[in-house]
Amino acid sequence: MRKTFLLTAAATLLASAAVAQATEITIASWGGSYQDAQSKALFEPASAATGVTVKQDTYGGMADVRLQVSTGQVTFDIVASGSGSAARAGAEGLLEPLDYNVIDVSNFYPNLYSEYCVGGDVFSTVYAWNTDTYGENGPQSWADFFDTEKFPGSRAYRGSVAGALEPALMADGVPMDQVYEVLSSEEGIERALNKIRELRPNISVFWSSGAQHAQLMKDGEVDMTTGWNGRFDNAAADGAKVDYSFNQALLDYDCFAVPKGAPNKDAAMQFLAEISKPEYQDDLPKYITYGPTNKAAYDTGEISAEVAANLPSSPENAAMQLPISLEWYAKWETVAAEMYQEMLTE
Amino acid sequence: MSTQAAPSNAAGLRRDERLERLALFGLSSPAILLILVVLVIPVGWLFYVSFIGANGQFSLENYERMISRRSYLRIFVTTFQVSLLTTGLCILIGYPFAYFMSQLPSRLANLCLITVLLPFWTSLLVRTYAWLVLLQKQGLINKWAISLGLWDEPLKIVHNMTGTLIGMVHIMLPFLILPVYGAMKAIDRDYLKAAANLGASPRMAFWTVFFPLTTPGLFAGALMVFILCLGFFVTPAVLGGGKVIMVSMQIVSNIELFVNWGAASALGVVLLVLTVAILWIASRFLNLDRMTGGGH
Repeated sequence: MRKTFLLTAAATLLASAAVAQATEITIASWGGSYQDAQSKALFEPASAATGVTVKQDTYGGMADVRLQVSTGQVTFDIVASGSGSAARAGAEGLLEPLDYNVIDVSNFYPNLYSEYCVGGDVFSTVYAWNTDTYGENGPQSWADFFDTEKFPGSRAYRGSVAGALEPALMADGVPMDQVYEVLSSEEGIERALNKIRELRPNISVFWSSGAQHAQLMKDGEVDMTTGWNGRFDNAAADGAKVDYSFNQALLDYDCFAVPKGAPNKDAAMQFLAEISKPEYQDDLPKYITYGPTNKAAYDTGEISAEVAANLPSSPENAAMQLPISLEWYAKWETVAAEMYQEMLTE
Repeated sequence: MSTQAAPSNAAGLRRDERLERLALFGLSSPAILLILVVLVIPVGWLFYVSFIGANGQFSLENYERMISRRSYLRIFVTTFQVSLLTTGLCILIGYPFAYFMSQLPSRLANLCLITVLLPFWTSLLVRTYAWLVLLQKQGLINKWAISLGLWDEPLKIVHNMTGTLIGMVHIMLPFLILPVYGAMKAIDRDYLKAAANLGASPRMAFWTVFFPLTTPGLFAGALMVFILCLGFFVTPAVLGGGKVIMVSMQIVSNIELFVNWGAASALGVVLLVLTVAILWIASRFLNLDRMTGGGH
């Protein structure tokens, strides 16, 4: 009798330990104020609601995932990633396909989730200008950004190919909906590069990070730059003379993926389903000016009209932007990056 | 015993010699092992990986890419250009400074030496960003110069080659000054007195006696600066404005861009081979042994 009791107790303990293990997941993101925002709006409330323990980590991007998967020592269950690098990692076989029977994306914007990665927040690549230099009459299109007669002054431009060719083509007169069609050939890429070559004498800096382009505007080192909208909002809050427009901006998103062979794959899918719900996503803009990927988050009443007007994914702002094409990046990025390098080193 | 002494003595000496060699080898084996583990094996691995293509098979594609894309040639040219210019500027600034120091009384010379060494104790990253703050359009140098009326429009002295060279020369100067100063201090002053006594003007004494005696230190310093420059990353990345692209920066881009390590390794191999080639050529013309202090 006593023996049976002991065995049952042991079995119960083992079982509960197994359950506890299965409901602890590890999430890796980029750290800093970005991960703070994710943590407060998404991870912590979702953890409280589901009882899943969340261990947070920071990482250096898909190169880390590649290392974990290739050595069979996968420790991350969920990683936050840029949409483009997630698409490439997925094609490389580093990620688990997501189960959209579990994760409800019926209210998502159509381009903000993919086979391997579900959108977490929306940001825009915009043109920003110094309000001291141009006053109220800042540039209103990419054509203005590339027009140094109408808008004299120095520029900064991205030092790598992502989000760098689309603006040049739009400035060259290609309608927004035909940009990726034109870019789908080496001639089209060359056409965009030639437009950048034209602007090049006025490009003082080719930037390589968000912190850098925000600093360039804050210090007045350049009069205009391309960059990510959230960074300019932060800089403006710090007193920088900077403004930007969503017209013709590139709508892009960060997303969550599950590395191949993640230790708690099923729990990770469940957790992704949870944080994709509107009741979590509507809190994100309180901590960072990036928008939700779930349209329903605008209907909960948490996001005021004023806040929404400044978010990249508000219906009004989204309508005037070009969504980034992951298919194009998966197919053309390597070729385009090498051609971009040629242009940079000339 | 004495009759056997001569032959067995010779044999004994040979045996002792062998034993001593063995002991020396045994003593140096930890160092040999260390070099094997931290140098030979990783470099061998680097060579091996550079011949692995994107599909995981043996391939020359990583080297073919460097030939077919002109940007790689330009990046190597930029790397050598920046390294040569930095070395030249370091010599132009560092040699006179070392000479000045060598003529000072020792207390003042020590003070100067501290000003040379001080930058060594500050992080390279901090110094590089400090230059950015000083040199940029609204930076201290441009603001002061404009308010003093030295120039009207802000000078473009950063985010280009100029800024890169300023930052790199500042970081590299101690590597040149220290060996040159060491060589100068080792020169016996009586040589110069003897030259003067034999009728040489001060200038002639400097160029025919003093300068040649400092060349080993100068070459050692210049070579060290040049080779360290070849692998520079942070300073050109921050002060070059994305327009001065050196090999190390391209190695990072290649790791991010291509899905195999080989694309980056091949660049490392080419840089390594070129550096070794330069050292070899330098050793043909210069006495490397003397520079490193050995082989008198």
